[in-house]
Amino acid sequence: MAFQILINIAIAFIWMLLRDEANVLEFGIGYVVGLFILYFLRRFLKFRFYFARVIALVKLILLFIYKLIEANIDVIRIILRPKLNIEPGIIAVPTRLETEWEVTLLSTLISLTPGTLSMYFSPDAKTIYVHAIHVPDKDKAIDEIQNSFEKAILEVTK
Amino acid sequence: MIEVIVSIFILIGAALSALGSFGIMRFPDVYGRLHAATKSATLGVISIMIGVFLYFLVVQGDFVGKFLLTILFVFLTAPVAGFMISKSAYNVGVKMWDRSTQDDLAEDMKKYRKNRESNS
Repeated sequence: MAFQILINIAIAFIWMLLRDEANVLEFGIGYVVGLFILYFLRRFLKFRFYFARVIALVKLILLFIYKLIEANIDVIRIILRPKLNIEPGIIAVPTRLETEWEVTLLSTLISLTPGTLSMYFSPDAKTIYVHAIHVPDKDKAIDEIQNSFEKAILEVTK
Repeated sequence: MIEVIVSIFILIGAALSALGSFGIMRFPDVYGRLHAATKSATLGVISIMIGVFLYFLVVQGDFVGKFLLTILFVFLTAPVAGFMISKSAYNVGVKMWDRSTQDDLAEDMKKYRKNRESNS
C-alpha cells in the first residue's frame, strides 16, 4: 500500500519535471495521471488498488455524517416529548474487528450515533458493551451496528 | 445571501446546544444524560464552527483552518469523555434507571472480576 503511494508521488514528480513547471497545480495533475496509470496496471499489483480504500473511507465519513444528524433528531425527539417513554438498557455487541484501532474507531462511531453510547469493553476487546436509550428489540439493534459501521470499517481496513 | 446561510448554521448550533442542556436535566440517570451531552453538544459545536468558518471565508476572505481543527478535536474528545464517564460510573456502581429493561454487562462483569482475581 505504502509502495503504491510512493510510485504515485514519483509519477506526479516526473510529470511536474516534464512540464517544466514547479507548482502545486502541475503536481496535482500529475498525481491524477498517476492514479489512472496505477488503475490500469492494477492487475500487476500485489495488493489491492489503494485508491479503493480512499473511496471506502469517504463512504464511511458520509455514512457517519448522515448517522450523526439522524442521532441528533432522535435524541431531540425524546427530549421534547412530554412523557419519557423509553426503555434503556445495556447490550453486548460482539465484533469481528481485530486490531485495536479498528475497535476504537467503531466504539467512537457508536457513541456518536442514534441512541447508543459505548461504555465498556470485554478484556479481549471482542465485545463492546453499549448503553442504548431505547431497546425494544435487542437483536435488531445489534444487527444495525454490525451491518452499517462494522461493514464500512472492514471495507477500509481489510 | 451568505449571511443567511451563516445565520442558519449558527442558529441551528445554538438550538442544538440549548436542547442538549435541556436533555441533561430531563433524562433520569447518568447514562441517559450522557447521551444528551455527547450527541447534541457535538453537532451543536460543529454547526456553530461551520457557520463561523464560512463567515470568515466568504465575508472576510480569510481561510481559518483552526475552526476545522476544532471540529476534528470535538469529534475525537466527545466520545472518549462519554466513554470514560459512563465506564467509571458503572464501576463505582451508579444504578441505572429502574425502568431499564436489560443489563448484559452485570453478569459478564462478575465473570471478568473473578478472572482477574484468580490471575493475580
